[in-house]
Amino acid sequence: MISTLMFYLQYPFVRYALIVGVLIALCSSLLGVILVLKRFSFIGDGLSHVAFGAMSVAAVLGLTNEMLLVLPVTVICAVLLLRTGQNAKIKGDAAVAMISVGALAFGYLLMNLFSTSANVSGDVCSTLFGSTSILTLSRREVALCVILSVAVVLIFVVFYNKIFAVTFDESFARAAGISADRYNLMIAVVIAVIIVLAMNLVGSLLISALVIFPALSAMRIFKSFFSVTVCSAVLSVVCALAGILVSILAGTPVGSTIVAADVAAFAVCYLVGKHANLQGA
Amino acid sequence: MALITVQDLSLGYDGQSILEHLNFTVNEGDYLCIVGENGSGKSTLMKTLLRLQEPIGGRVLMEKELRDGEIGYLPQQTLVQRDFPASVREVVLSGCQGRRGFLPFYSKADRALAEENMKRMDIADLENRCYRELSGGQQQRVLLARALCAAQKVLLLDEPVSGLDPKVTAEMYELIASLNRSGVTIIMVSHDIAAAVRYASHILHIGGRVFFGTKEEYLRSDIGKYFLAAPEEVKE
Repeated sequence: MISTLMFYLQYPFVRYALIVGVLIALCSSLLGVILVLKRFSFIGDGLSHVAFGAMSVAAVLGLTNEMLLVLPVTVICAVLLLRTGQNAKIKGDAAVAMISVGALAFGYLLMNLFSTSANVSGDVCSTLFGSTSILTLSRREVALCVILSVAVVLIFVVFYNKIFAVTFDESFARAAGISADRYNLMIAVVIAVIIVLAMNLVGSLLISALVIFPALSAMRIFKSFFSVTVCSAVLSVVCALAGILVSILAGTPVGSTIVAADVAAFAVCYLVGKHANLQGA
Repeated sequence: MALITVQDLSLGYDGQSILEHLNFTVNEGDYLCIVGENGSGKSTLMKTLLRLQEPIGGRVLMEKELRDGEIGYLPQQTLVQRDFPASVREVVLSGCQGRRGFLPFYSKADRALAEENMKRMDIADLENRCYRELSGGQQQRVLLARALCAAQKVLLLDEPVSGLDPKVTAEMYELIASLNRSGVTIIMVSHDIAAAVRYASHILHIGGRVFFGTKEEYLRSDIGKYFLAAPEEVKE
């Protein structure tokens, strides 16, 4: 088994997949804690569908660098969604659902009407489930991913205390003179960037899992924000690593294997948390 | 010395006023209780004092130091907090955040301040406990300690005893009164008129009729007599 692994690791595309997978898992789990607490678990799903819609538009327009369109569109939607969350005529969950389904339908429609390749359902499937894209990353994409991930982690560390204050109690934070709007905007932009990045890894349908599972698993066991954040990051990275390695060895689809690992980790954490509670009581 | 002076203030949403021509002052060391029925504009007034909302008319004049977010605020609990994984220490420390500006991390002085306020609120032994697992009264103490980290001079409390049982409510009122005795100016929004007249030094009654004055004046006023008598009439 080890020798098979070693054999595969000789290939740069496998190494790229590992690097990108781990980085995205790390970033999405950091933000996941905040999103779950803000009751925005489904924003990952919604935004990834927006990114899917934007990707279809880019494909139809024949843009060579689709990131130029996908990233700004996703960022704008993220900002709009998180803003409506606070004082809304359409409530957060409904707004996410609306944008999500709308963008998905619109994207699929465009892809069908102006199909540029012969295999439309194959294209759609790979964009949604990210079946192979992580194995076809170019050097430039990996570099971009590394830079953006480092930026996300840096932002998270530097603003960690502010993010905590704003997430825990927005009205108090405002009253204390923290401009909550600015940090909410920042969180929205960072989320959008992560989601566009993550589409390469697991495809748009499975991004939610990367965002939600590590955070929820960590919350079963730990009781402080700091320990939950650290645990969520560690779990997410371990699951991503395990998922990618298993998928290489067993030839399973990368995205779904990672998510399966996350589900398993959640089950373990749930039991551990339950056990700890029983002992405590 | 007047910390806050409110002149001819009108409040409301979208240009529709719900409260007009309000005048009152808060002096250092006062214990002001803002009472009134639901929908009379208590929360709006509170938001305006915190400068989270613009008044639609009139002015709020504040001491210079109060203007820089130096009012400690005890908001009502939100849904998010009920299952938020956070230790007591983390919550209390976050009170220091407003003063940090762009500096990302807490200083030794911040930690010492948090420590001191946890002792003051008698929750030092809960330091590492999870906020969501505490009782309602303990949670309020944690939030009070956080408010004290944000500001030492003025505390603004929004319904601090809502959802607490009678014994804990009494303890909470005593705690607030002791803070007031140690020199903290208190502004409290409350439903509980009976407790307001027991503890407060000044009463602001808003709603259909507006009253502002000391507790003694309130007890002698028609509106005060009416609202304090009302519960007993119901009982009989």
